[in-house]
Amino acid sequence: MTHAHANVMLPPAEAEAGSGVYNEKLGMWVFLASEVMFFTALIGSYIILRFGNPSHWAAPGEILNVPVTAVNTFLLICSSVTMVKAFAAAQDGDQKWLKNWLLATTLIGATFVGVQVYEYLQLAHHGFLPGGYVEGSELAEAAAAGEAFKGGPPLPASVALYGATFFTMTGFHGFHVTMGVICMSFVTFKAFRGAYSVTDHRGVEVIGLYWHFVDLVWIILFTIVYLI
Amino acid sequence: MDWMLPPAFSTFAPDIDRIYYVILVLTAIAFVIVEAGLIWFVIKYRGRPDRKAYYTHGNATAEIVWTAVPAVTVVVLGIMSGPIWNKVKGRDSVPADAMPVGVRAQQFEWHVTYPGADGALGSADDFTVRNQLHVVVNRPTVVMLTAEDVIHSFFVPAFRLKQDAVPGMEIRVWFEPTQTGRFELACAELCGLGHYRMKAFVEVHTQEDYQRWLAEQTQAAATQ
Amino acid sequence: MATTAATLDQAIHHAHVDDRSFLRKYVFSTDHKIIGIQFLIMSLLFLALGGLLAMVMRWQLGFPGQAMPGGGVLPETMAPGGVLLPEFYISLVTMHGTFMVFFAIMPLLVGVFANFLIPLKIGAPDMAFPRINMASFWIAVPAGVLMVAGFFVEGGHAGAGWTAYAPLSAMPEMSGVSLGQQFWCVSLVILGLSSILGSMNYIATIINMRAPGMTWFRLPLSIWALFITSILVLLAIPILSGAAIMLLFDQTIGTHFFLPADGGQPLLWQHLFWFFGHPEVYILILPAMGFVSDIIANGSRKPIFGYHSMVFAIVGIGFLGWIVWGHHMFQSGMNPTLGMTFMISTLFIAVPSAIKTFNWLGTMWRGNLQFHVPMLHAIAFVAMFVIGGLSGVFMAATPVDIYIHDTYFIVAHIHYVLFGGSLFAIFGAITFWYPKMFGRLMSPFWGKVHFALTFVFYNLTFWPMHELGLKGHMRRIYDPSEYEFLQPLAPTNRFISIAAFLLFAVQLIFALNFVLSWFFGQKADRNPWKDTGLEWVPPSPAPHGNFDHTPTVYHMPYEFSHPHATEDYVPQNRPLEGQTRPAAAPAGQ
Repeated sequence: MTHAHANVMLPPAEAEAGSGVYNEKLGMWVFLASEVMFFTALIGSYIILRFGNPSHWAAPGEILNVPVTAVNTFLLICSSVTMVKAFAAAQDGDQKWLKNWLLATTLIGATFVGVQVYEYLQLAHHGFLPGGYVEGSELAEAAAAGEAFKGGPPLPASVALYGATFFTMTGFHGFHVTMGVICMSFVTFKAFRGAYSVTDHRGVEVIGLYWHFVDLVWIILFTIVYLI
Repeated sequence: MDWMLPPAFSTFAPDIDRIYYVILVLTAIAFVIVEAGLIWFVIKYRGRPDRKAYYTHGNATAEIVWTAVPAVTVVVLGIMSGPIWNKVKGRDSVPADAMPVGVRAQQFEWHVTYPGADGALGSADDFTVRNQLHVVVNRPTVVMLTAEDVIHSFFVPAFRLKQDAVPGMEIRVWFEPTQTGRFELACAELCGLGHYRMKAFVEVHTQEDYQRWLAEQTQAAATQ
Repeated sequence: MATTAATLDQAIHHAHVDDRSFLRKYVFSTDHKIIGIQFLIMSLLFLALGGLLAMVMRWQLGFPGQAMPGGGVLPETMAPGGVLLPEFYISLVTMHGTFMVFFAIMPLLVGVFANFLIPLKIGAPDMAFPRINMASFWIAVPAGVLMVAGFFVEGGHAGAGWTAYAPLSAMPEMSGVSLGQQFWCVSLVILGLSSILGSMNYIATIINMRAPGMTWFRLPLSIWALFITSILVLLAIPILSGAAIMLLFDQTIGTHFFLPADGGQPLLWQHLFWFFGHPEVYILILPAMGFVSDIIANGSRKPIFGYHSMVFAIVGIGFLGWIVWGHHMFQSGMNPTLGMTFMISTLFIAVPSAIKTFNWLGTMWRGNLQFHVPMLHAIAFVAMFVIGGLSGVFMAATPVDIYIHDTYFIVAHIHYVLFGGSLFAIFGAITFWYPKMFGRLMSPFWGKVHFALTFVFYNLTFWPMHELGLKGHMRRIYDPSEYEFLQPLAPTNRFISIAAFLLFAVQLIFALNFVLSWFFGQKADRNPWKDTGLEWVPPSPAPHGNFDHTPTVYHMPYEFSHPHATEDYVPQNRPLEGQTRPAAAPAGQ
């Protein structure tokens, strides 16, 4: 039996790296491809439903609170910046700023979710839910009277599809941010325990990929849901 | 087993049946080649202790042939099928002189609205009958197909015609019967627990019979 | 450097001192082989359950309105006095499809064999993410429990077909089903997460963890098929998850995605479902094609014919799978011009399918055929897949589809592909890799008996369904005797039912063979089939960590009957005679 290079006394050889990217990072990229398809299903349905029935959509800003969400969007973009800073600190081996930037990212992410909860509560208060107008609410009465709500064009008679797509898309994005905040807290906790070094800070890089992805999805959603 | 299609009684049915038989012959040839080859190899090359398999990694010519032949065949099939599909289902295929009827599918029955004496739907003399579709032989009929609640499918096997009825959509579908008689109309899309009994019949009349039937119906509607 | 077998064995004993607790070793194991076996047991149970549901359906179709023997055990809400209710019948239709597609065939092909084979065949110690792998199994379990639980809730189980066409599936007031349909949605979303985590693992593992010398074009075809399948799962399942969530919202929180009453679009559900569903169809056949390629090469003692075109055919089918979904919707009211486009793309699937079929024939040509049980199943796969593939041409041609859409012709087609194709491949694959899983061989005698009876009864069951379809027999109808034009078909229906009962009964042979061989089967050596794959390098069963040292790969898979080799097979980790190049190019090319 000829076993070339076989030396059983040596420890098992490292398996050959195929892509030059370490497993966790590759896995995250693969996972994000799946996430892209998930949001494609939601956004694609939104586009089809909106083209099929444009009358279900109120003018931008008529029902939704665009200024508050614009601030929230800015916050989320800031959290991507702090994430980049955290990764740079990890690469430099700067433990202090790694912790600081990670903590900042977590807190900003949590704030984003908080603002979104506030936004939902406000919308529910005015009478806008996934099923459309709530009967007897401010919005429903304004729509029934053919009036505007904030001084723009009159409200549509039904916003059922508007409500369904708005809450589903932003809700699932919010769910993703929440998951991100939970994971980010875990990474931050590990950073405070000194788990990341100059040579090995894979956790920071991988959570960063996810974070930037969720941020990017939000920029698309903010544009198509709030502004158009 | 019987690979023949049952008799058909609409103008486009022979076209559909012809393409079916073309595919049947082509697939039968492919079927025989593959299965006979398989059986032949199984017998001829069955393992024996003294046999050594012929060592080869493939043959480019053979592979090009069995890639190209199916490719050409399916292109030909596509070219043959296209015009027939357009004739039956194309948006502009409905003959201009077709008699309109409204068919509204609902769990678990078919409501057929007739144009009445004026021959146009949406006028005062329209009347609706349940589970009976009366049409005239050798005259095209266009069905304005709608659904009340869930998706149903308008299926008349003898006419080789099937079209889903979708709530929120009005779909136009036409046929021209070539023989008088009574044919069954079935629902072909699962629509709930009574799906299996959502049936009606299509009665194909001569022009005179149809007029007589129409007169009866109008009279019945008037006396009510 | 030469090593004697004795020192090798000694080293293996030293290398694997396994001191994990029972719970970590067999229940919450991160070992890909144990996870594969866990999936195997779970999905075989679901296979049996799905088969049982089909038997109940077949009773009603063969003997409409008669009390089912033993049907008295069913509650009044399903079958009072043993006579099936129509609402229970459509739940059976729905759940037979759901269980078979999502909980039996898909996990059998992917959950079991992707897990078990990928690390072993590429020369890796385990998956890239063993803990995520464990999670993917334990996420699938509650999904299965929830899907079974749906039978026992108020209103019965989901009854809108496995395709759950809206608005029927979205309107409890129309279907009479509320909780059951919601369980269906939630279960599929949970199962989807399990599948996505699984495929993320498979993809990362195949890309990153191939042994030195295992280049892309040295991967066994089973691994190629599982790789492309994993990509399809990864990208298709989230579409289903999104759609199922929207459907759930329509039922529970008052949205109107698919409800036309307030602007929603029923056809949107179909587009989403089939945009997922057609790749799903290839998820259910590609791995089977991969296993069959491995087994046919082994059983023919010949290299696979046209390895490269086999790879391109797999990739081609995977790609075409994304642009043909509309062929499920020719009669749906979709724009007829789109029908033309989808017809052409669909017909082109015949090309890669033909390449694969002829290459399998080419592999057997001038071979030295060994009719072991896996080979018998693989040959049956080719024979049956051809029928399923050719019957697909009929519905791809749009004019013919007008007539045969939603008839038993479609039922015959899908069962020729999924049972005649996938399930025969699964029986073959289980028999083939059983010794590596359990260290023992399944009984070849009972394997052959099971194969012969299954092959006969399978064809007696599904072949006549073509005829039913050609006479216009609709799918999913509870009582065909309602229609005059279906009454002449009653004897055929009865014949099919009896054949189906026999088909189900003979599966007991497989079940017994599977269970009893675990304890009493003949002990298997490392390489009982004299195969070339790396999975046969470690002992049977393969120990935790698989290889005592990472193997080096020297050549393509399937080097059987090499003219210069003394034996009729050269494993991938052994250089070919006269091969001077050591380990060849790095894997990441």
